[in-house]
Amino acid sequence: MLDIESLITRYGTITAVRDVALTVQAGEVVCLIGPNGAGKTTLLATIAGLLKPSAGRVTLDNKNVTGWAPDRMLRAGLALVPEHRRIFSDFTVRENLLVGGVTQPASRRQELLDEMVTLFPVLKERLSAQAGYLSGGEAQQLAIGRALMSDPAVLLMDEPSLGLAPVLVEQVFDLITRLRISGRTLFVVEQNAQRMLAVADRAYVMRSGEIVADGPAAQLAAREDLFETYLGQSGGNA
Amino acid sequence: MIELIQQIIDGLGRGGIYALLALGIAVIFGVMHLINFAHGELITVSAYTSYWLFASGFNWWFIAPTVIVVAVLTAVIIEFVAFRWVRGAPDFTMLMTSFGVHFLVQALFVMYVSANFRQFPRPGWIFDTWRIGDLSLEVFDLAVIAATLVTLLGTYWLLQRTMFGVSLRAAAEDFDTARLMGIRSNRVIRGAFVLSGVLAGVAAIFWLMRSGQAGPTAGLNPMLKGVLAALIGGLGSLSGAVLGGITLGLVEVLLISRLPGGTAGLTDGIVFLLIALLFVFRPQGLITVRRVERV
Ligand SMILES: Nc1ncnc2c1ncn2[C@@H]1O[C@H](COP(=O)(O)OP(=O)(O)OP(=O)(O)O)[C@@H](O)[C@H]1O
Ligand SMILES: [Mg+2]
Repeated sequence: MLDIESLITRYGTITAVRDVALTVQAGEVVCLIGPNGAGKTTLLATIAGLLKPSAGRVTLDNKNVTGWAPDRMLRAGLALVPEHRRIFSDFTVRENLLVGGVTQPASRRQELLDEMVTLFPVLKERLSAQAGYLSGGEAQQLAIGRALMSDPAVLLMDEPSLGLAPVLVEQVFDLITRLRISGRTLFVVEQNAQRMLAVADRAYVMRSGEIVADGPAAQLAAREDLFETYLGQSGGNA
Repeated sequence: MIELIQQIIDGLGRGGIYALLALGIAVIFGVMHLINFAHGELITVSAYTSYWLFASGFNWWFIAPTVIVVAVLTAVIIEFVAFRWVRGAPDFTMLMTSFGVHFLVQALFVMYVSANFRQFPRPGWIFDTWRIGDLSLEVFDLAVIAATLVTLLGTYWLLQRTMFGVSLRAAAEDFDTARLMGIRSNRVIRGAFVLSGVLAGVAAIFWLMRSGQAGPTAGLNPMLKGVLAALIGGLGSLSGAVLGGITLGLVEVLLISRLPGGTAGLTDGIVFLLIALLFVFRPQGLITVRRVERV
């Protein structure tokens, strides 16, 4: 579904993504874990088209989409829930969802909106509320719902549990599980490594711009050494 | 009392035009972070269009809608020829580009037409007044107020109720995230220029009906008023731009009528002084562009 080969992204002279290769198959939930500054956000932003890679290749559905602009990537079937959610805070909840469905025909957009309020009942009561006043948990659901409004073939998420209270973190993982059951293809960056590995099929570990380990999620979860060396979390329960 | 009501209507007439100009500037600033000092060029081009059309025997009924079309085309061409290439550049670069366009258009008219102003007839009803009791209302002011209201309502509907409006507001709030949602940069920016062209076109009709002349610098004064009004309102806030325009118009009229004889020429100076004072106390303008803290 999504194939990345020898991807390199630079900020001026800093190379933030070095020669990364990875694959996400249709229907898979794949996660990317790694310490702060590893280059995870940069990698997602490059895939989604917000940053231009210096080298490498991005393939989506057997199409070479390297260097495509974000709006084109979205139309090709790839959506990103950005780091820190980036909700349109001046907008109502409904308007945020509508923007997410901007590429859809009007009738389909309405259908998707109905699906989203079924998937996220909290949003239903708050449709006319200004999005800037949502709680962290509600805003996160809105961010994911907004991305799903384009009915993407692959959904990228950058730290969906960031800054949420523990109960709400659980909600996010429940949601990932539900999306997985419904057959969605997900590529998720997470700091909650153990929690994420429990719901993912496969995982990649990134550090200093490079992929340093990968494999089935259950297998990586059992590797204490990885957590100590690369993630700095002994036992990985943090 | 009667006098005050008359001045307020007069001020709303002026302020309405300023509001339309300021709104066009605010729309562009919203999506591009560009203070468009070339906005007045839409008026300049409209002025010459009116002059030439009059010379060819057309009247205001034909010229008015044509002016809107011409202003839109000019806005789209300026975006395509100039601003597209500096998109994403530092704000200062874009500011310089807009100055560049401003002076270039002016120079083109001086070189290929003439540095002199040319006159064209103003509509006959422009000095008509209606008497209601002791009130004598200038028909022109009422026409401006009505046209402004209709245009503002139309713009409000466009921004709030259409997907184009939602896209435009999304791009203004967070451009990258808007692109992630599938909004095309080219399209939304061109749309913003079309909208600013329509607003400038409506303003141009009334500005030109009153001035009745075309010259290379015809757009300078309306541009300055528009930028000032947008600054007063708080750049980036669309409702602020409208409020800023109305405020500027009202303040001007109230000052002119209150300044002692022979000092009315000081109006602009005093207006600038008041604006400077406003920025001392409210550097963000009348309306703060509120960004709710992200949780
Ligand atoms: N806009 C930028 N300009 C220059 N350097 C940047 C920029 N954004 C990120 N970097 C650098 O690139 C590297 C990777 O950053 P990135 O944000 O991709 O890491 P991350 O894995 O997402 O980290 P976190 O877990 O903190 O979100 C870091 O060293 C960072 O300092
Ligand atoms: Mg990050």
